[in-house]
Amino acid sequence: MTTTLSPSATLPAPRPTRRRKPLRSRAYSWFRAAALVLIVLVFILPLAWMLLSSFKTNVDIYDVAKTLVFTPTFDNFANVLGRDNYFQFIFNSAWIAFASTALSLLVGVPAAYVMSRFSMGKSAAVVLLARIIPGVSLLVPWYFIFANLRMVGDYSVLILSHMFVALPLIVYIMMSFFDSLPEDLEESAQVDGLTPIGAFLRITLPLSTPGIATAGILSIIFSWNNFMFALVLSGANTKTLPVAIFNFVSYASIDWGGLMAAAVVVTVPIMVIALFTQKYIVSGLTAGATKG
Amino acid sequence: MTATTSIRTSPQKTFSDWANRHRKWLFASPAMIIVGLLIAIPLVWTIYLSLTNSEGSVRSEHDFIGFDNYAEVFADFDRFWPAVWRTFLFTGGVLIVELVLGMAIALLLWRPFRGERWVRVAILLPLVATPVAVGMMWKLIFDPNIGFANQMLAFFGIPAQPWLSGELTALPTLMFVDIWQWTPMVVLILLAGLTSLSDEPDEAARIDGANSWQRFWFVTLPLMRSTVIVAILLRSIDALKTFDILYATKGKGGGSFHEVETLNVYAYGLSFDYNDYGVASAVLIIFFLLIIAIMWAITFRRKEKASK
Repeated sequence: MTTTLSPSATLPAPRPTRRRKPLRSRAYSWFRAAALVLIVLVFILPLAWMLLSSFKTNVDIYDVAKTLVFTPTFDNFANVLGRDNYFQFIFNSAWIAFASTALSLLVGVPAAYVMSRFSMGKSAAVVLLARIIPGVSLLVPWYFIFANLRMVGDYSVLILSHMFVALPLIVYIMMSFFDSLPEDLEESAQVDGLTPIGAFLRITLPLSTPGIATAGILSIIFSWNNFMFALVLSGANTKTLPVAIFNFVSYASIDWGGLMAAAVVVTVPIMVIALFTQKYIVSGLTAGATKG
Repeated sequence: MTATTSIRTSPQKTFSDWANRHRKWLFASPAMIIVGLLIAIPLVWTIYLSLTNSEGSVRSEHDFIGFDNYAEVFADFDRFWPAVWRTFLFTGGVLIVELVLGMAIALLLWRPFRGERWVRVAILLPLVATPVAVGMMWKLIFDPNIGFANQMLAFFGIPAQPWLSGELTALPTLMFVDIWQWTPMVVLILLAGLTSLSDEPDEAARIDGANSWQRFWFVTLPLMRSTVIVAILLRSIDALKTFDILYATKGKGGGSFHEVETLNVYAYGLSFDYNDYGVASAVLIIFFLLIIAIMWAITFRRKEKASK
């Protein structure tokens, strides 16, 4: 196009026409703008309320006049973080989320790969069954087994239980990722002399980085947020943050400021991660949704 | 695959060759074994426990008592049947609202607009927020005396409501919380479906003079059927199993009148608050069969429709 000397080359490019625009009325765009603002407020305001309350004294929380204007205090955070060993619980949550995700990726990614390439529908269904089973029904026998082995409260038990959440999630996301990755690349790598496993390790795996990132981030989020397994299987020193917050309620039910500070401590790290990795989270949550 | 392996002229009997030939099971088995250990053994154990009178300490003796636990559960009109009813009420209620709201919001977000990024961030935040913290947050907002919810009502001159602490209002309030947290999930799934639709059927209907409601109802919605079913499947699986927010806000037994006690909360309470493992296991097996039946019904209908 640019090499031809036709007169049109000197003219400005025609403005791209928006196919949908003409029939949309001005009233609709106002309605849409208003609706979108409302949606954003509904989803953000409660979180903002939690954040504001975490910086208020309990007296200010009771005072309607001080909803927005108040003297911020860091006492709540100091109280929460100074209590028992909150830094230990933060570490526990992070370590269990990281370890269960790493192990699940290690076994889940190769499994998802062969399940996608060899269409192992039945094997995949077994792994995905874990998605459907209510966690409590497994927690009862786990508790029996681990209590008899005197292992309740060990990190290994918590990591294993969180793998039950992570592994099906990772297999599901990675299967739909491998389904969309063309097989030709592996085949031509094999023609060039790589073994099938070599082709997987040196061609497919590097190309799967976005998929692995998606699966890994979502798995970390779900593990961090998980409550039920640690509620039963953790010990005094291996509690995760959600359990620590829950225990907070029972012995300090009136300390709203402290409770909100504790809630902020558990949600903010995961939200920061989510904001930086938005794209991956959305593609993970919607994996397989459009194929039906 | 067979073509590529036959390229090798002299098949050596090395580990690498063996591994390559059996990579299908080599790759799949670690995951299968872990899932099997985590699911199959516990599931068999739960079935066994449901046939015993196990209670108290996990190391205490227990006897085989056949189907007595199941009989006891089915005859329990105080806790079990209300819990079944609440489970269906909760799941059905949130599912309908989340689908309608989710579809409406997805349609609003469908075509590009200014500030799209901000709206996407706003709907992502509830999704990733820790459920226990979300429960605490709403517990403060719905507090009868100091909560924002009643302050709002007072502003409009409406008398204060008990919200979470009321026997009749607790479950609807928690359904609202679930809707707040999970509607974004439905939005994201439906939006992914809408974005992958081709424009042509919609254009054709427009040329034929269909208005926007007709185009949505007769063109877009039928094309979105499989995406909607995925959303229904994912949301119903999770809504049936809801535990975190219910237990975190209302505690043992789902409140003093068991007002938010669903099957999951009931089974958890029997197991770990009252250590009545035998009966709890019977409830869990019934619950599990119920979930399988529902999932089977949804996917079966879907296959039947597809084959027509």
